[in-house]
Amino acid sequence: MNSKKRSRYAYFYILPFFIVYLIFSVFPIIYSFVLSFCDMDFLSGKFTFTGIDNYKRMIASGYFFKSILNTLLIWIMSIIPQLTIAFILALILCNKWFRGRFLLRNIYYFPNLVTPVTIGLLFGALFSYPGGAVNNIITALGLEAVDFQNHQMLARVVIAIAICWKNFGFNIIYFTAGINSISDDVMEAAEVDGANAWKRITKITIPLMKPILIYVMVTSIIGGLQMFDESKLVFTSVPGDATTTMVKYMYDSAFVRFQFGYGASIAYGIFVIIAVFSVFSLIVTRDKKDEYGKVNKRKVNKRKEGKA
Amino acid sequence: MINEKDNFILLAKIKKTACRGFIYLFAFFLAAAAFFPFFVMIISATHDNYNIVARVNVIPGNRLDENFARLTQNIELYRGIMNSLLLAVSVTLIQNYFTMMAAYAFSKFEFKGKNILFSVVLVAMMLPGQLGIIGFYKEIQAMKLLNNYFTLIVPTIANCFAVFFYKQYIDGAMPNELIEAAIVDGCGEMAIYHKLVIPLVIPALVTQGVMTFIGTWNSYLTPLIVLNDKKKFTLPLMIATVRDATHADYGAQYVGMLVSVIPMVIVFCFASKVIMEKISIGAAVKG
Repeated sequence: MNSKKRSRYAYFYILPFFIVYLIFSVFPIIYSFVLSFCDMDFLSGKFTFTGIDNYKRMIASGYFFKSILNTLLIWIMSIIPQLTIAFILALILCNKWFRGRFLLRNIYYFPNLVTPVTIGLLFGALFSYPGGAVNNIITALGLEAVDFQNHQMLARVVIAIAICWKNFGFNIIYFTAGINSISDDVMEAAEVDGANAWKRITKITIPLMKPILIYVMVTSIIGGLQMFDESKLVFTSVPGDATTTMVKYMYDSAFVRFQFGYGASIAYGIFVIIAVFSVFSLIVTRDKKDEYGKVNKRKVNKRKEGKA
Repeated sequence: MINEKDNFILLAKIKKTACRGFIYLFAFFLAAAAFFPFFVMIISATHDNYNIVARVNVIPGNRLDENFARLTQNIELYRGIMNSLLLAVSVTLIQNYFTMMAAYAFSKFEFKGKNILFSVVLVAMMLPGQLGIIGFYKEIQAMKLLNNYFTLIVPTIANCFAVFFYKQYIDGAMPNELIEAAIVDGCGEMAIYHKLVIPLVIPALVTQGVMTFIGTWNSYLTPLIVLNDKKKFTLPLMIATVRDATHADYGAQYVGMLVSVIPMVIVFCFASKVIMEKISIGAAVKG
């Protein structure tokens, strides 16, 4: 038909998207890269080219590496309980005999919708010292109140709890969808063969869910590495900046200390680290999936050989 | 003999009930733990500062109005809610209108450079959001668009996830014959988009729209660096200043948090099913 004439409209349709994309996404990324080689004069606001000084400083100062360590520590402390609890609860909520599973699922999920700012302030208030709700309970039990904010590890733990609380409900829904996608025939066959609930979970559900579990685990690190809101808001000052994550460090450098050039170089440092983890996670997920397929094939082949 | 068999069945029944009871206990305990912060928030909002700091509160108090009055003295809460609402609604409308348009072009048109442009969209999905934020700030500053809602609304059109999501949906939900028939009937291109595409995509629009709305309502980093006029602050920015503005006034802080959660409760009441479906779609794709 008049496809040539029509294809002109296609450009018209994608134009708004790509114009905005070029001006407000691509250009800032390139501009940041340029800025990362510059130093801004605080008073005049003029940029002077300084070569790789910003990157040298980033590596030499040690603060950047400390922020990476903080980020990873908080991430690990939140992801392990988060996925474990979510998986167990997903298994429980998939049972048809379990009453009130819709209600519970909504209760578990709701924290995921709460504004991160509110979560930050809420956990800051809950764990404040003295007189936070948690410390009130601790003292009511006859124990000594704990100063969470002034202890490096405990401050990290509180932030990890906040993130865990925010995200575990999301993972429950994710896992539930995965568990429901396992065909009923397999489960029924196992039941007929006399496998009890524990065996069905460990021998069927977990192996079949493995790709999803690993996927969630490795992709969540990319989100976890960009942690900012909770780090900024739960506690205002922690000794040794123990809760300063990478993005918080970038924010502080650029928008608190107004070192935009240095901030831009941190942004690229973060990008490199995220890229490394992304590639790593791609390799891990692909290998596991293939291996899983291979193992099954091998087993099937062996069985076939055995029968033959 | 009969006795033994009965005993066996009884034992199995007891074991099953005990097991299920334990599972119920575990699940409800975690639900209580998940609700605990909300509980503290609601109860504390109704107590005076002395009670909040000094003891464990279980029963609601009667100081809610006082706390609320002290909170609104310090910050203009209604303005924050109106600003956030205005922003979230306009972002939802504009972002979805234009991303759907781009997705429609990618799905139903053949044009030069289509594959390259679409792979640009896919690659862009993987870039972390903070990569360009300093360049973005400096660019906006040079354009004199700081402190302007334009900066928070228009750049959101470049949402690659939305384009990808809509393209998948239009691929599956819209037969080419429909468009051809419309052309034969003499329908203009814009009319096809408005009268044919948008109505067909509504189920996806609802899902994506709810997600956009929630995301905009909750966003913090971008408004934080773009806005510095207190009159233009969104609700999250205002809530974040409550702690500094009220010092140790926990009563007022808890009321502020409570107010910020209520809109999400309303959204969740209407859209919980949609949200759950959207997450499940993600799992189905990956699994």
